[in-house]
Amino acid sequence: MQRIGDAPAVRRGLIGAALVLSALFLLLPLVAIFAQAFTQGMGVFWANVSDHYTLRAIGLTLFITVLTIPVCLVFGVALAWLVTRFSFPGRRLLQTLIDIPFAVSPVVAGLIYLLLYGRNGWVGGWLDGHDIQLMFAWPGILMVTIFVTCPFVARELIPLMQAQGSREEEAAVTLGASGATIFRRVTLPNIRWALLYGVILTNARAVGEFGAVSVVSGAIRGQTNTLPLHLEQLYQDYNTVGAFASAALLALIALFTLAAKAGLEWRAARREA
Amino acid sequence: MFKPSWIRRGILAAALGSSVVVATPALAQERELLNSSYDIARELFSAINPDFIAYWEAEHGESVGVQQSHGGSSAQARAIMQGLRADVVTYNQVTDVQVLADAGLVAEEWQQALPNNASPYYSTTAFLVRKDNPKGIESWDDLVREDVRIVFPNPKTSGNGRYTYLAAWGFAEQAFDGDEEQIHDFMRTFLRNVAVFDTGGRGATTSFIERGLGDVLISFESEVNNIRGEYGSDDYEVIVPPVSILAEFPVAVVESNAQRNGTEDLARGYLDYLYSEEGQRTLAGFNYRVHHEAVVEEFAEQFPETELLRVEEVFGSWEQAMEAHFAGGALLDQLQRR
Amino acid sequence: MSLALPRLTGRRRVLPGFGLSLGISLMFVSLVLLLPMTSLVGQLSGISLAEYWAIISDGRVVASYTVTIGAAALAALVNGAFGLLLAWVLVRYEFPGKRLLDALMDLPFALPTAVAGITLATLYASNGWMGRLLEPLGLQVAYTWVGIALAMAFTSIPFVVRTVQPVLEDLPQEVDEAALTLGASDATAFRRVILPHLWPALVTGTGLAFVRSLGEFGAIIFIAGNMPFETEITALMIFVKLQEYDYVGASAIASVVLMVSLALLLAINVWQGRFIKRLHGGRG
Repeated sequence: MQRIGDAPAVRRGLIGAALVLSALFLLLPLVAIFAQAFTQGMGVFWANVSDHYTLRAIGLTLFITVLTIPVCLVFGVALAWLVTRFSFPGRRLLQTLIDIPFAVSPVVAGLIYLLLYGRNGWVGGWLDGHDIQLMFAWPGILMVTIFVTCPFVARELIPLMQAQGSREEEAAVTLGASGATIFRRVTLPNIRWALLYGVILTNARAVGEFGAVSVVSGAIRGQTNTLPLHLEQLYQDYNTVGAFASAALLALIALFTLAAKAGLEWRAARREA
Repeated sequence: MFKPSWIRRGILAAALGSSVVVATPALAQERELLNSSYDIARELFSAINPDFIAYWEAEHGESVGVQQSHGGSSAQARAIMQGLRADVVTYNQVTDVQVLADAGLVAEEWQQALPNNASPYYSTTAFLVRKDNPKGIESWDDLVREDVRIVFPNPKTSGNGRYTYLAAWGFAEQAFDGDEEQIHDFMRTFLRNVAVFDTGGRGATTSFIERGLGDVLISFESEVNNIRGEYGSDDYEVIVPPVSILAEFPVAVVESNAQRNGTEDLARGYLDYLYSEEGQRTLAGFNYRVHHEAVVEEFAEQFPETELLRVEEVFGSWEQAMEAHFAGGALLDQLQRR
Repeated sequence: MSLALPRLTGRRRVLPGFGLSLGISLMFVSLVLLLPMTSLVGQLSGISLAEYWAIISDGRVVASYTVTIGAAALAALVNGAFGLLLAWVLVRYEFPGKRLLDALMDLPFALPTAVAGITLATLYASNGWMGRLLEPLGLQVAYTWVGIALAMAFTSIPFVVRTVQPVLEDLPQEVDEAALTLGASDATAFRRVILPHLWPALVTGTGLAFVRSLGEFGAIIFIAGNMPFETEITALMIFVKLQEYDYVGASAIASVVLMVSLALLLAINVWQGRFIKRLHGGRG
């Protein structure tokens, strides 16, 4: 059976072009990060990574990410369910609204939270009176991280759930299944890859967010410095190796999540075969 | 099962682990001071803080901690206005402390609270050129030559960049005896010779050193000396022009926060320490010019004599300088228009 | 084809969970997205329309629009072609390293933008690995307009690949066969038969990439050079205003970017709906 573009010459040409371009455009930066991080050898790399402030930054970054993911997951699933399973006025508007974080520059995202919850903001003023501090502390970092990452899960789920339709779920309703059972037994197996992909994107963005976090963090070393902020400071302090060591850590986290995704897909493909 | 239990266990473990990491400062019982400072002072205060902690412990028998927060000086001041609970500020521009005073967070008379206009150390704007100074750059008028490319941070985003701009202006005003048209021409050429406008001082350094852009980097004298130390004293030379601007580094206690945190005595002690002989010696070690006589004598060779113009004398006041030059649509914007 | 199957689902609300999902979604959208946006509106309500216009039509700001839009358009175009090629290769061919290439596609999303920015600047500066090769050819990338487009293209390439890929996967074999039995060449068959199916996904992906590029800051700032009127992007203008304590100015320029981006996103959503309807006649 023949398909378009199956001729060996075309095939080889296209694959070659794709590989060369990706290597130059995507792989090379990745290689550069690790090359820079290890220019002075493993020992220096390790000393930079195990530095007290680096460890604190890693801890904070993981903490924020772990809290962000479940929130985005619940919201993403609820929203995708709502806009793909029901029709109601304002559906398309709602769908566009969740794109706001894509449309807002991260620095502006940080700014609007600062204006609202900072001491001069109308919510922040009240909070300050009650001695509650959100901005320049981890809650503020968490809030802006949720803001910038919340569309990912929903954006992954909506096209898929729209394409799949609700026939299966409707059948399950007829069979008398409860809402929770339908979701767990019918919907979830169908959307799990999209869900996983959404979580991976959320995770990646939460770990790496810089612009929005830098506005609300206060950059207190060892307390409100996330790993990307820490990296920027090291870079500013002429510690290029240290900065790229942190960059390599972030790249490793990124590679690990990408590998986890690939591995799970592969296992599922094998099980289905 | 969609999520294998190990994933769940892993997430739980990560959550617990990281919450321990985050929660530990809360366990510390000692009093802590938060110093909000400008970007390039991280190493400086990393060196001063342990000394101060030891000094305080010896003097008062109390063990304390000092936290650092660094960023663009103006952005740092803004963060305090929006609720960052810093006890003291150590900035590189008077206006950034003044906005805090205007907002009632810093005492109105803060400049009188400590010696030398509450500025424990000072510096000026100097040049860093490549080995053997191939373009023969000695003063500001060399920077408007056709064959010279300059690197300094954007005056819009960086206090450091503002000092450079003001210094060049101050020079031009002297050189052309206040002739406005000639000053403007000079400044226009000066700005046109900029090879790259980074947002901060350190970005400019990277452009000059790592990327090899430009013939001269303009920054604080302290900073160019530190850079030369960092990147090899054989490859670069420091030029202090005969006329330049006085850069003060004002400090103040953020009264409302210190009261709230119960750290007023600690905050004052910290700022006083910057004026002590020990503190001044550390500062001079980082190539800042200081006031303590014994230390000044000790480091005399390091700081060439040069005429330092005061912003207040050339431009009236900081407020006027900001208004006339750096505000939206003001002189800087006009001079950059093509 | 996944995009081609819109369904007017649940007209009668057979399925459970309407109240719950509506509650969660509305609460989240209001608290996390809309409430903070009020502060932006609050800032802007303090100035007159003339003042607003003066801020957003300032010469330097307008120059930054030109730079941003031009670079973003170039980046989106390049990504459209490059993304299509990658999606095609990943879906249609088997070759060693395919899984690796597939995983690599997500890298720009996974990599913090500041890291990407620093790395690209290091690579393309005249003494960097790439810069050293390109400079003798007379092509200066870092600190020019091209560098901005490069950084934009890097951060937004996954949008195109990941939008086109699933659609291409769902394209049935018969489409190919029909075209080829009619004796069309590869190029013609691709252009006349495959491309129309991919078009909505390609435009959506490219559109998303474009919107993303308009707001990007971290990755660009290191490689842009930031010369007034030449290589200043709009996000930098916002940043500059913030540094000057000019919240109103920052909000005004931010609101322009925001409205343009939202309008584009809405247009993409609507256009997608229309296109699907037209493609499938009465069935939609």
